Amino acid sequence: MEFYGYRRPDGRVGVRNKVLILPASVCASDTTRIISQQVVGSVTFNNQQGCSQVGPDQQLTMDVMAGYAANPNIYGTVVVSLGCENCQMDLVVKAIAERTNKPLQQVIIQEAGGTLKAIDKAVRFAKEMVAEASLLQKEKFPISELIVGTECGGSDPTSGLAANVLIGQLSDLMVENGGTSILSETTEFIGAEHILARRAATPEVRDRIFDIVHRYEKALQLVGEEVREGNPSPGNKAGGLTTLEEKSLGCIHKGGHTPVMEVYDYAKQVTPKSGLVVMDTPGNDPSSVAAMVAGGAQVIVFSSGRGTPTGNPIAPVIKITGNRITYANMIDNIDVDASPLIYGGDLKDLGDELMKLVVEVASGKQTKAESLGYTEMAIARVCNYV
Amino acid sequence: MRNAMIIDGKDNVAVAIEPIAKGDTVTYLCGGKDESLTALQDITIYHKLAIRDIAKGEPVVKYGEHIGVAACDIKAGEHVHEHNVGNHREELK
Repeated sequence: MEFYGYRRPDGRVGVRNKVLILPASVCASDTTRIISQQVVGSVTFNNQQGCSQVGPDQQLTMDVMAGYAANPNIYGTVVVSLGCENCQMDLVVKAIAERTNKPLQQVIIQEAGGTLKAIDKAVRFAKEMVAEASLLQKEKFPISELIVGTECGGSDPTSGLAANVLIGQLSDLMVENGGTSILSETTEFIGAEHILARRAATPEVRDRIFDIVHRYEKALQLVGEEVREGNPSPGNKAGGLTTLEEKSLGCIHKGGHTPVMEVYDYAKQVTPKSGLVVMDTPGNDPSSVAAMVAGGAQVIVFSSGRGTPTGNPIAPVIKITGNRITYANMIDNIDVDASPLIYGGDLKDLGDELMKLVVEVASGKQTKAESLGYTEMAIARVCNYV
Repeated sequence: MRNAMIIDGKDNVAVAIEPIAKGDTVTYLCGGKDESLTALQDITIYHKLAIRDIAKGEPVVKYGEHIGVAACDIKAGEHVHEHNVGNHREELK
């Protein structure tokens, strides 16, 4: 199976062709919003981090920023910093250069002489980059070039009965075709980590699966909190999910049935053609999706029992529900109805249909989240600001 | 008509796949044949009900795995949710 994508100079293949206006910190985020509004073909996001963070938190921010710039859906990046933040321009540029050799420009607001001059400079860089990007022609590539990130949010019992099962089938197909599938959301392995660990390809991967779960629980206990405080959420419970274990047992279906080949830390670069891998991310959807996109996922498949509009600035997000009521109620937001699986549908047929949709979306078909303009995202953190 | 389902033969709860009213017959597929019981309460679609009596302290089983512990005696046909299930962290290594 093949899709039409964009070859990047670092060898990766993108399914979109956007220019990223990257805010190095919260203090550059309004500026990048204004810049992006002036340049059709560019994207940006609201970076709430980038300064006054403890070391490990700053690293999470740096990894998301570098990973976003390196994501193959991005043609090139204009980094905009304020100038005095902890995520200094040279650090951001170095982190990006470690992941990719794509076009890169820099604007520092304090050095440019304030808002208007910085915007002027950045808009001109971005317009030039979009013009270059628009000359690129799509080529045919095998789906082994795709990294698909899997996510579930606003779960209900149908997620574990249908939508996540269908995503698991897609995951198996991706692996069978030589591609990559990422299973995320460490908090939603809790109570099911032993099942996942049994599928580890090596004893090291097995230990890592237990480690990331226990590390997550311990991190919350350091501030006197338990992971169960927010899980299952009120919406999960209203839908019929009772305990975190029940939610987790449904959640891990997204990983299908193939061995877990590797465990990646949050937002680290995933090696293409790796089979099924795990990434250590929160259950919080926008920050989990952001980490997988930073890891290089070109497409996200997202299940939701309750329904959600969520998208991402860089990767198309395909939304799937197993709840026939939600599908009818939120049809403007949900791309795929997986509920036939509960009522006698064939998993193989539905899986093949989903694979076909993934290939179409990779080739340019807009998802509902894209057509509605959804770009919300978040960056994970473990500590308060200093 | 089937209006509920179990996922694993070890499960002691079924999931309603249609709205179920108190007194309705609940039918689900188990090991290739239909099993039935009577709903003792209204069950919202996609919520769980006990398919056999679960004594206080016994594990509640779905997906063939423990999802929690019965916080009180639960009768077959009763709604199973937060009000009668406690959760506890198992050592799973």
